[in-house]
Amino acid sequence: MKKAIALFTLTAAIASGSHAGAVTLTIACGAVGQELELCKAGAARWAAKTGNEVKVFESPNLTNDRLALYQQQLAAKSSDIDVYQLDVVWPGLLAQHFIDLKGKVPAAEVNTHFKGIIDANTVDGKLVAMPWFTDAGLLYYRTDLLKKYGYAAAPKTWAELATMAKKIQDGEQKANKTFAGFVWQGKNYEGLTCDAMEWLVSFGGGTIVDSTGKITINNPNAAKALDTAASWVKTISPAGVTTYGEEEARGIFQSGNAAFMRNWPYAWSLGQSADSKVKGKIGVAPLPSGGARNAATLGGWQLGVSSYSKNQAAAIELVRYLAGPAEQKIRAIEGSYNPTITTLYKDADVLKANPFFGSLFSVFTSAVARPSGPTKSKYNQVSQAFSSAVSDVLSGKSKGQAAVAQLATNLARIKGAGW
Amino acid sequence: MTTQAPTEPRKVVKTRGIEAARARQALWLLLPTLIAIALVAGYPLWRTIFFSVQEANLTSPEQARYVGFQNFWFTTEDGVGIGFLQDPKWWQAVKNTMLFTVVSVFLETVFGMIIALVVNGTFKGRAFLRTAMLVPWAIPTVVSAQMWAYMYNDSFGLIGQGLLGGQALLADPDKAIWALIAVDVWKTTSFMALLILAGLQSLPSDMYEAADMDGASKWTQFWRMTLPLLRPALLVALVFRSLDALRVFDIMYVMLGPVNAASTSMTGYARLTLIDNSLLGVGSAVAVAIFLIIMVIVVIYVTAFRVKFD
Repeated sequence: MKKAIALFTLTAAIASGSHAGAVTLTIACGAVGQELELCKAGAARWAAKTGNEVKVFESPNLTNDRLALYQQQLAAKSSDIDVYQLDVVWPGLLAQHFIDLKGKVPAAEVNTHFKGIIDANTVDGKLVAMPWFTDAGLLYYRTDLLKKYGYAAAPKTWAELATMAKKIQDGEQKANKTFAGFVWQGKNYEGLTCDAMEWLVSFGGGTIVDSTGKITINNPNAAKALDTAASWVKTISPAGVTTYGEEEARGIFQSGNAAFMRNWPYAWSLGQSADSKVKGKIGVAPLPSGGARNAATLGGWQLGVSSYSKNQAAAIELVRYLAGPAEQKIRAIEGSYNPTITTLYKDADVLKANPFFGSLFSVFTSAVARPSGPTKSKYNQVSQAFSSAVSDVLSGKSKGQAAVAQLATNLARIKGAGW
Repeated sequence: MTTQAPTEPRKVVKTRGIEAARARQALWLLLPTLIAIALVAGYPLWRTIFFSVQEANLTSPEQARYVGFQNFWFTTEDGVGIGFLQDPKWWQAVKNTMLFTVVSVFLETVFGMIIALVVNGTFKGRAFLRTAMLVPWAIPTVVSAQMWAYMYNDSFGLIGQGLLGGQALLADPDKAIWALIAVDVWKTTSFMALLILAGLQSLPSDMYEAADMDGASKWTQFWRMTLPLLRPALLVALVFRSLDALRVFDIMYVMLGPVNAASTSMTGYARLTLIDNSLLGVGSAVAVAIFLIIMVIVVIYVTAFRVKFD
């Protein structure tokens, strides 16, 4: 019986493979951390299984750069790339260029993913892309250093974090003068918007623009959140933190030169790799609270099929495979990319590789979305205005109160007649 | 000449025929080039000007709508200015680009002149030096900008950590402009030196021998002979470098990232508007403005200094 089933699946696989005809697809993957290797490996597995060929197009590290490249490709209706890796804030922006996966991917398969992420990928009833991995901001810390300086647990509030980071930094700098207390993403780009959203929400300062499209940024809690972050620069964070993206921060933390780091889950498995100086010394906790709550910004990437693809059927199959449970499990174990399929959070192998997935499950499910929904195609401008305002506060050019007031005016200008 | 005078009428007719034929032939020979220019330069320029008065989105350019000069200047009923000329960030970009151009071109000219005068002399290893000085110019700007960004890094950079002890030069855009100027000067001085060297080589050496005989000091020779004779070559070099500096993009983009580059260079602002924000209309308007600014500066240059390009 088993043999028969195996034989049947094999013939079915061969039949479906030959049915589609051997085609060559191109997928655009990111290259942050291990993204590229895992993408190549996953694509190769599908290719071997189906007899098709998959080329991997390497896109830029910074998400802003990636979007710019995609927009040019898509505006030109180029068929060069069949499958695009999309940021969670892009579906509203790019929906028109992607085929509707609703109906093409069985509903039962779609429903295995987090509902919130499926909603984020649905624009006017159209399923723009399939979730591939989700992301939420996390606080990484050095367990050995916390112990050394007499701390039992990760900080619960930003104030606590500042105190601990200062003490550890002062102590460590005696031997290592480049040691930093806390590193994060302070460069003026989308990553800063993510970090600063976490400060805002944790202080009860709202989400820049609320779900109805009203500009809510001009409030005292938001101002306080930004001033608090500015107080870290040059005290517990290096002056250059305002030039760091994800990889710069990880580089410093992973080489043993920082006590705390804010980053995405992908940094976990790299930090535990053989060449990491902090292997076995990393702890992961929810980001501290500013008084209102603990907050993590929702990130994550999806896979969409371009409307201009010449091999849409095969491309959909590739997306289904990559976003499917088997592939998400491999990626979770090898690269600590958070699955979007709920059941994988109870998988023993996944939890063994990423112990924090289980304990921080609520962080991933309650992550705060950036206002890309209400601001629609103007989201990018909103995000830039926001990150620029934050950047001014961080560099000491303005104070929180003045910055949020000015930002509200700028946002009104961007909103114009409406979002 | 005079002997030909009587037969002139008949000859003129004949020459006109030949000239006309030659002109026709030249036109045919030039035609492919003219078509190529129209396609690769004329059409994009026309499209940019066309889109500058349209409200259009990059992701769906076919849905453009005519709005006149609203992309440049428009105040909504609520008193909100949405034209790019009403955006302080644009003016900051203009200011920074002008500062960048004036300072970097000035420094490149001075240093380029010094280097050119040195390598113009006869000494051992001159050929090697002339080649070596072109190395910074030969490295692609994107590569050298990234290289300098690493050197400026405050935690592991040669300059940021080594020389300045952990200062982050690029963190504050107001200070970063000076760090960017340094990169441009490092990179382009050698090109300037090469242009000036070419000018120096065309100066007759016997003139200097005569000056030496007359007892003119090297200093006087430089100010009274070299500099005035070098003027045409120097001005052409200045125009080229100024235009280059006005449309600088890669240094800012690589070293500061897309958002901060937009308040540091005009082209960075254009890219952010057009690409990142997908505002095809406003972005084109910005591009047209940059085109006009550069054109005005060229006209001023050429008329004020009476530059001759031939």
